Amino acid sequence: MSTLDQTAARRRAFTPNWPARLFFLAFAIYLVYAASRLGFNLERMSYGLEHGQRFLARMFPPSFARSELIISGIVESLQIAIIASFFGIVLALPVGFLAARNLMPVWITWPMRAFVALCRSFHPIIVAIIFVKAIGFGALAGVMALIVASVGFISKLFAEAIEEISLKQVEAVRATGAGFFAVLVMGVLPQVLPRFIGFSTYQLDSNLRNSTMVGIVGGGGIGATLFTAYQRFDFDVVLAILIVIVGMIMVAEIVSGWARRVFQ
Amino acid sequence: MTVTEALHHDWQRFTLAQKLSRYAFYLASVAALVISLRTIEVIPEFLYDAPTQMADLITRMWPLDWTYLQPTLTALIETLHIATVGTFLAVLMAVPIGLLAARNVTPSAPINLFAKFVFVTSRSVNSLIWALLFVAVFGPGPLAGTMAIAFRSIGFTGKLFAEALEEANMGSIEALTASGASRFSTLLMGYWPQARPAFWSIALFRWDINIRESAVLGLVGAGGIGVALETAMSLLYWDQVAVVLLAIFAVVVLAEIIVTTVRTRLI
Amino acid sequence: MLTPATANDVTDKGDAAGDALVLRHLSKEYRAGVPVLKDINLEIPGSGLTAIIGPSGTGKSTLIRCINRLVQPTSGEILYGGQDLAKLGGAAMREARRRIGMVFQEYNLVERLTVMENLLCGRLGYVSAWRVWLRRFPQRDIDHAFSLLEAVGLAGFENRRADALSGGQRQRVGIARAVMQEPKIILADEPTSSLDPKTSVEIMELLRNLGAERNIPVVVNIHNVELARRFATRIVGMTGGRVVYDGSPGDLTDKDLNTIYGGENWLE
Repeated sequence: MSTLDQTAARRRAFTPNWPARLFFLAFAIYLVYAASRLGFNLERMSYGLEHGQRFLARMFPPSFARSELIISGIVESLQIAIIASFFGIVLALPVGFLAARNLMPVWITWPMRAFVALCRSFHPIIVAIIFVKAIGFGALAGVMALIVASVGFISKLFAEAIEEISLKQVEAVRATGAGFFAVLVMGVLPQVLPRFIGFSTYQLDSNLRNSTMVGIVGGGGIGATLFTAYQRFDFDVVLAILIVIVGMIMVAEIVSGWARRVFQ
Repeated sequence: MTVTEALHHDWQRFTLAQKLSRYAFYLASVAALVISLRTIEVIPEFLYDAPTQMADLITRMWPLDWTYLQPTLTALIETLHIATVGTFLAVLMAVPIGLLAARNVTPSAPINLFAKFVFVTSRSVNSLIWALLFVAVFGPGPLAGTMAIAFRSIGFTGKLFAEALEEANMGSIEALTASGASRFSTLLMGYWPQARPAFWSIALFRWDINIRESAVLGLVGAGGIGVALETAMSLLYWDQVAVVLLAIFAVVVLAEIIVTTVRTRLI
Repeated sequence: MLTPATANDVTDKGDAAGDALVLRHLSKEYRAGVPVLKDINLEIPGSGLTAIIGPSGTGKSTLIRCINRLVQPTSGEILYGGQDLAKLGGAAMREARRRIGMVFQEYNLVERLTVMENLLCGRLGYVSAWRVWLRRFPQRDIDHAFSLLEAVGLAGFENRRADALSGGQRQRVGIARAVMQEPKIILADEPTSSLDPKTSVEIMELLRNLGAERNIPVVVNIHNVELARRFATRIVGMTGGRVVYDGSPGDLTDKDLNTIYGGENWLE
C-alpha cells in the first residue's frame, strides 16, 4: 500500500460539506434561541402536562347529548364548503386561463397573477374576519372567504398546468382554422381537464376542513358550536365535535379519491 | 391525451360503468349544490348592504397608522419563530410515523393503517382548533401556537414523506439487504439518500404554509401576529389592522420567494 | 460461525479452496401449487466460475435469490459453511449474507450516493449504524475501497455520484461493492444483460479475474451462451425450474442447448 501522507492528500473518501455543517449548526443555535423565546421550558411543560391530564379527563367520555346542535353545525359547514367550492371553481377557470403566460399577453397575465397572489397570501380565517366585518355574522361570510381561498389555490395551479401543456397539439387544432374558443376547448382543455378536476376535488377537501374553522370568527358552520362549547368548558362536547369532524373529512377524502379515479 | 382521443371520447374511451359513474358524479354534485344553495341561511339584507360596508371598511383603513408598525414587527418575529420551531417539531414527529406508514419500509398492514389514521387526524383538525386545544393545555401564548402548528403539520409532512419512501427504487434496497446490512443501515444508506430531496422540499413547503397558518393563531390567544391583529380589530382601529395585513402580506411573499430559490438550488 | 456439530465432510476442504455450497431438494413456490424451482440439487465447489444458463422465467433469478435468502425457499436445504442457510433468521441471516456478495442486473446502486459511499455499502453488515451515520468507516475499509476502485478501473471516481456513471461503470461499482464484503462466494444475477457486448465481455472478465485472484467462487446467471462458454469453468443448464445440464463448457453440445432452450420446452 502507498504511504500514508500521500493517501491523506489524494484519498479523501468523503468530502466534508462545510457550508451544510455550518448551516445546521446555525439552525440548531437558532432553534434553541427561538424555543426559549416561545416559552419552551421545564416549568411550562410540567404545567402543561398537569393541565393536559385534567383537560383530557374532562374530555372523556365524549358527549353527544347536543347531537342536534352538532348535526346542524356540520350541515352548515358542508353547505359552506360545497357552495364555496362551486363558485371558487367556476371563477378559477377563467382566472386561470387569463393568468397562463403561454396563451395570454403580458398585460392580462400580470394583473391576474397579482390578483391570484393576493387571494393566496391571506389565510382564509383573516379573509373571513374581513367579510364578517363587512357583511355581518353568518354562513355567507364563510362562503365568501372560502371562495377567495379557492380562487387563489385553483387558479395558480391551473395556470401552471396550462403553461406545461404541449403547444404542438394546440398548433394542430389552430391549423384546422379553429377560432380562439375552439382552440381552447379542443386544444387546451382536454390536456388540462384531468388535472383541473384533481385540484378541484383537493380544494373541496380543503374547503371542508376550513369550513369547520370559519365559525370561530363568526363565519358560520360547526366552528361556532365548537367555540361556544370550548368557552363553556364543555370539553366532552368539544371531543364529540372533533370526532364528527375527523369522521366527515375521512368520508370526504374517500369520495374525492373516487371522483379523481372516475375522471382519471 | 391526444386531440383525436379527446374528440372520440364520448363513444370510445369510456365503458358504460365509467360513463355511469361520471353521470353519478355530476348528478351528486349538482344535487349537493342545489340543496346547499336552497337551505343555507343567509340574511339578504346583509348581502345588499355588503358593497357599502366594504367601501366603508376600506376608507377607514386609509391612511395607515404607522405608529403600530413597531408592535407589529415584534409580533411578526414571534410568528416566524412559531412557524419555524413548529415545522421542526412536526418533522421530528412525522419522520418516525412516516417510516411506519410506508408500506415498503414497514410491511405490516395494521401498523401502516394506524400511522395513516394519525395523519388523517392531524390534518382534519384545523390549526385554529389545535390551537384552542393547546391553549387549554399550556395556557395562552406562543407555546400553544407552536404545538398547534407542530401537530397540525404532522399529517401533511408525514404523508408526503411516506409517499417519497414508497417511491424509492427497491433494487438498491435489495442490494444493501443482500450485503447483510441491518435495517437501520438500510434506512440510512438506501432509503434516506433516495428520499432526501423530497424530504427537504416537503419541509420547506410546509414551512411556507405554516407562516400563513401561524399568522392567525393569535385570534384564539396562541401568540404571534394574530394577537396584534385581534387587538387592533377589537378596538376597531382599522388603520392599524391595515398595517398588520400589509406586514403579513410582505412576509408571506418573502417566504415564498425564499422557498422557491432554496428549492431550485437544493434539487 | 462454524458449528462442529453440523459440519460435514464438505466443509473440511482446507484453506486452499473456499467452502462448497450445497443445495438439497430446494423448491420454491410463489403461489401454492405453482413451483418455480423444482427439487434443485446442486453442489458449487469452492472455486471457479459457474454459469447458470436457461430461458427467461425458468427460475434462475429465484435460485440465486434463495441462496442469500432475498427469496424465502419453500422447502429444501442450503448448506454452506456448516449451516443450513434456509433456516437462519435475524442476525444470523445477516451474518451469512455478508459472506455472500451479490451483483445485480440493474446494478442496484444507491443512485444519489457517491461511488465511495456505494462501495462502503458493502461494509454495512460489519459497521455499526452509528458509524455509518457519521460516515466513520474504518480506515482499513476505506483503503480497501480505494484499491478496489483501481482494480475495477475506476480510480479517481470516488466522489462522483452513481447516477452520473455509464452502465458499465455502474456495474463495476456493483462488483466492487460485492467484493468489499470480502465474501466467500459471489452471486451475479444477469450482470451483463443491461450492457453492450463489449462491456459485457469486460464485466465477465472482471468477475472471473477478481474471483480467481481472491479465490472466491462465482455463480453467474447468464442469458448469453457464448459468454458462458468463454468464461465459465462449469455450466449448469436449467429449464422449467429443473437442472437439466451440469458439466464443463467443453462438453456442452447443441443437443444439450436444445434440451435447455429448445422445442417443446418453449411451449410449456
